[in-house]
Order: sequence, then structure tokens, then C-alpha cells
Amino acid sequence: MKAAVIVFPGSNCDRDVQVALARAMRARGGGAPIMVWHKEVDFAPVDLIVLPGGFSYGDYLRCGAMAAHSPVMKEVVRRARRGVPVLGICNGFQILTEAGLLPGALIRNANLKFICKDVYLRVETFQSLFTCAYTAGQTIRIPVAHHDGNYVAAEDQLARMEERGQIAFRYCTAEGVLAPEANPNGSMGNIAGVFNETKTVLGMMPHPERLADAMLGGRDGAALFDGLVEALS
Amino acid sequence: MKARVYVTLKPGVLDPQGKAIRKALTSLGFDGVEGVRQGKLIELELAETDPARARAAVKAMCEKLLANTVIETYAIEIDGQDAQGV
Repeated sequence: MKAAVIVFPGSNCDRDVQVALARAMRARGGGAPIMVWHKEVDFAPVDLIVLPGGFSYGDYLRCGAMAAHSPVMKEVVRRARRGVPVLGICNGFQILTEAGLLPGALIRNANLKFICKDVYLRVETFQSLFTCAYTAGQTIRIPVAHHDGNYVAAEDQLARMEERGQIAFRYCTAEGVLAPEANPNGSMGNIAGVFNETKTVLGMMPHPERLADAMLGGRDGAALFDGLVEALS
Repeated sequence: MKARVYVTLKPGVLDPQGKAIRKALTSLGFDGVEGVRQGKLIELELAETDPARARAAVKAMCEKLLANTVIETYAIEIDGQDAQGV
């Protein structure tokens, strides 16, 4: 299996996600993901594309807005439309909504603060490339670090997404309860991550790469990469 | 030719910054502020001299980049003409 991590000016989780993914890939005899600079208009064929977290283009205009129109994104969008899986984490999620690959938008956190802490997520489905190593309803602990993670979508859009099972993760309490107090940023429906209609694109605000090693304090994020690599190998 | 684009959140989309500004105004003693919505003003210098063509071009810019039409709406003002929303 081959993977690419797209690097924008201002990306700051590109190395972390490369390390987390490389570990899962090497366990199955693969290499490390290639790093692709935002100015590239083409890159080697890969089985997975990752848009990492960070502050691409300084969050100018809107988070992810400039990156969504960068040269490399034309190719990412083209491949995503042909079914190549794409994972967007944090700023990567914002870029995917701005590029029109995922529905909805991410606005300023309801409490206006930059939130950097571990949160609990309820895995809504195991029936996807990204969540196949979890069980449905499982509670996992993953950190968030963002200022604009408040997920919004039109009511009818959200209803369609719920119906199609496009919600990947929701913020919950440590016990797995979807309570308002477990929602760090005001997201509709406690939504922390969503799929596109074909579940080949996932965007999520929490950072699984930051808890993918016991030395970092937890491994709940590792299953996302292990599952992806297993499904795509 | 100058163009101004006013980008604002669609009605119904929560504006946490607007809410915070309203609270701050109230705490400063400005009573009667019943609502605040914050937006952006973007000024463009265009080579185009025809107002209709300029407006069409700016509209395309708004749809493609300047506004996120999932959550935002925009109004365009060309060289002092009244702002026209969409």
C-alpha cells in the first residue's frame, strides 16, 4: 500500500501523521508515505491521500480556503472523485469542506477559544475504510487542537447525512454519552468527523496521529491507521 | 474600477463572535443592542471598466473563493453603486 501526505505552507502535523501511518504501513511490509508539496500538480499513484492538520496559508480568508485552491488540490479532488480514499485531519477537514469534497463547514468554536485537550469520541460505524478496526459505539480518547471546529450544515443536508450513515465520530463523555457538556466546540449533533456519500473521504477535527503511540499517552488513534492500512493493503 | 464585497454569515448560522461583541457592548453600557452579526469587507481594484462585466466577474470570485456559500452570503458594490446581494 502507498500513501501521500500533502504538505501546505503552515501544515504542522504532516510529520506526525507520516510517522503514525508509516508505522502501520511497515507492520504490513510497506514503506513510508511520500510527502507532496502544495505546488505539485501531479504525484505518484497512491492508495491513500492525507491532508494533515496545521494552519495552511495562515488561515487567511477562512480556514482551509486558500489551500482548497492550491495547485495540488486540483489533483487531490480529481483522484477523490475517482474513489481514491482521502483522510483530512483538523485543518485537513477544513480544506476538504472548502474543496467541496465533504458537506458542511467548520466555523469558529462556540466559546471563541482555541481548544487543545483530549476528548472522547463515539465511533458511529465500523463500516468504512477508516473505522474498520474499531467497533460501532466504541468510545475512544483523541486530542483536539483547533479554533474553528464548530461543524455546521443545513438541516436538510444533515438529515440526509444521518440517514446515509455519513457521521463517523461524535463527541461524547468518557462513558460514551452524547451530552452537550462533552461537545467542546458547539458542533451540530456533537459531530467530530464526517464521511462523503461513498465513505471514501473522511474529515475529522480530532488528531488520531497524536495518540497513536503508548509513549505519547495512548494508542486509541493507532487503530484508525492500522485499519486503513489493512483495508487498503 | 473599485468593487466592495460584503461577506456575512447566512441567517440562522450561529455567529459566536457577533454574540461576544453584543455582550461586550452591553457591558460597556450600550443598551438596546439586540443583535450583532460580524462579517468581512473585501475591497478589489479591477482593471475592468464596464460595471456589468465587473459585477459578473466579482460574483464569480465570490462563488469560487471569497465566500463559502455553505454558510455565508455576499453583497457586491461596484464603484459606489448600491450593494446588491444574491
